[in-house]
Amino acid sequence: MTMFSSRNWREYPQRYRLEASKFKKSGKTYFPPRAVDPETSDTVQEKVVLPDTGKIVTYTVIRTAPGMWADNAPYALAIAELTDGTRLMAQVADCDVNEVKIGMEIRIEFRRIQTESHHGVLSYGYKFVPKWY
Amino acid sequence: MAGIVGYGAHLPRHRIKVEEIAKVWGADAPSYKKGLMLREKSVPPPDMDTITLAVEAAKNALKRSGGVNPADIGAIYIGSESHPYAVKPSGTTVAEAIGATPDIHCADFEFACKAGSEAMFVALSHVDSGNMKYALAIAADTSQGAPSDALEFSAAAGAGAFIMGKDNLIADCLFTHSYMTDMPDFWRREHQFYPQHGGRFTGEEAYFATTKGASNAILKKSGKKPSDFAYAVFHQPNGKFPQRVAKELGFTQEQIDPGWLAPRLGNTYSGASPIGLTATLDVAKPGDLIFMCSYGSGAGSDSFIWKVTERIDEVRDLAVKTHKLLDENLIYVDYGTYAKFRHKIKMND
Repeated sequence: MTMFSSRNWREYPQRYRLEASKFKKSGKTYFPPRAVDPETSDTVQEKVVLPDTGKIVTYTVIRTAPGMWADNAPYALAIAELTDGTRLMAQVADCDVNEVKIGMEIRIEFRRIQTESHHGVLSYGYKFVPKWY
Repeated sequence: MAGIVGYGAHLPRHRIKVEEIAKVWGADAPSYKKGLMLREKSVPPPDMDTITLAVEAAKNALKRSGGVNPADIGAIYIGSESHPYAVKPSGTTVAEAIGATPDIHCADFEFACKAGSEAMFVALSHVDSGNMKYALAIAADTSQGAPSDALEFSAAAGAGAFIMGKDNLIADCLFTHSYMTDMPDFWRREHQFYPQHGGRFTGEEAYFATTKGASNAILKKSGKKPSDFAYAVFHQPNGKFPQRVAKELGFTQEQIDPGWLAPRLGNTYSGASPIGLTATLDVAKPGDLIFMCSYGSGAGSDSFIWKVTERIDEVRDLAVKTHKLLDENLIYVDYGTYAKFRHKIKMND
């Protein structure tokens, strides 16, 4: 369950900056970004940055977490729809699992995603937090 | 001179009360609360560290910057005594996250609690000299305090970020002064998890002498007196020290109030006076003069005189205000949760 630092590095654009690919022919936005539009085989795309707020569409609660997330448990893993309609999945931080609700407004925050033992690389990226301001 | 083009802060929502720590160690909570003039402190959850706090504070600074393109930022300096890696810069991750790479200079600064103001000082100098259009200075910490030590009651987490530039200023930096001596009042040796300190020795000869040294020098340099300032911000290892040093220098409680965060936030180490400055800018009016003096053990103080411009009224509401993060929607944790969050419990690897 470790994330190799090379893979982590390759995914910085989406993990750090929420960069998605928007294809010219279909006008569809994909996140994580794709090289080819699976519907049209189009490769002509522009980079778009996703908005940082949205609403929870669905979620599940993780009570028995894999080792590297044990100190976060219990936590909710949610799919949220951002204000531009894009859906993505992330952990819900700073929120009691009993307070997570479908329709709950969230904001995206930059958090530590994985801590690989005491000597490995630290992985950063996005999590959802309740949007309270 | 160069000054602040955008500013922002970020704080964890979690807090622990003095009573909760005191009961574990058999300490007398009322006397700690009175002695430190502090009632609770911020606690970073396990997925928050100096880098994540710095990124969120930097994003808030960008929101107030009037559209600074991150690619135009020539340097990112992060001052902290809790950089997540011993070897691997915090600044490059922050630069990557805000879209400021690759044409940028990054350095992580360390100088006990004044690493943040050090970053501000260098960022201002770069812009002032014309080396670059913008420089981003961030003060961020997830401070360590040894269990049962007096520091455990205060060591807290938070970040303040400032984009320095020459045009479109929110606050013009009129004067700076730095004052340093070799002072063995607080230190952490390599591979040690918690810092050590000289107890009462950290007060009179260290914090007070150094803060006054830098403060009196900048007052003399600028020809100004405490009553010329609308606000003043000092390093705040607890609630009491900044209040006392302000009074001894001739500042009033009203002047320090907006930036006097320690009683509810704790000591955010490198973040302390810079976050205090963000809270002060949140309430300042055009034309106000703000006095700021950091303190870092070892020891030194950087002092600054800021003059707030009319742009403050346009930008203050473009990002969350520091007092909102300080006072609203808090999550209180017990000592067990705090110990887990801060990795104070021995686990199987």
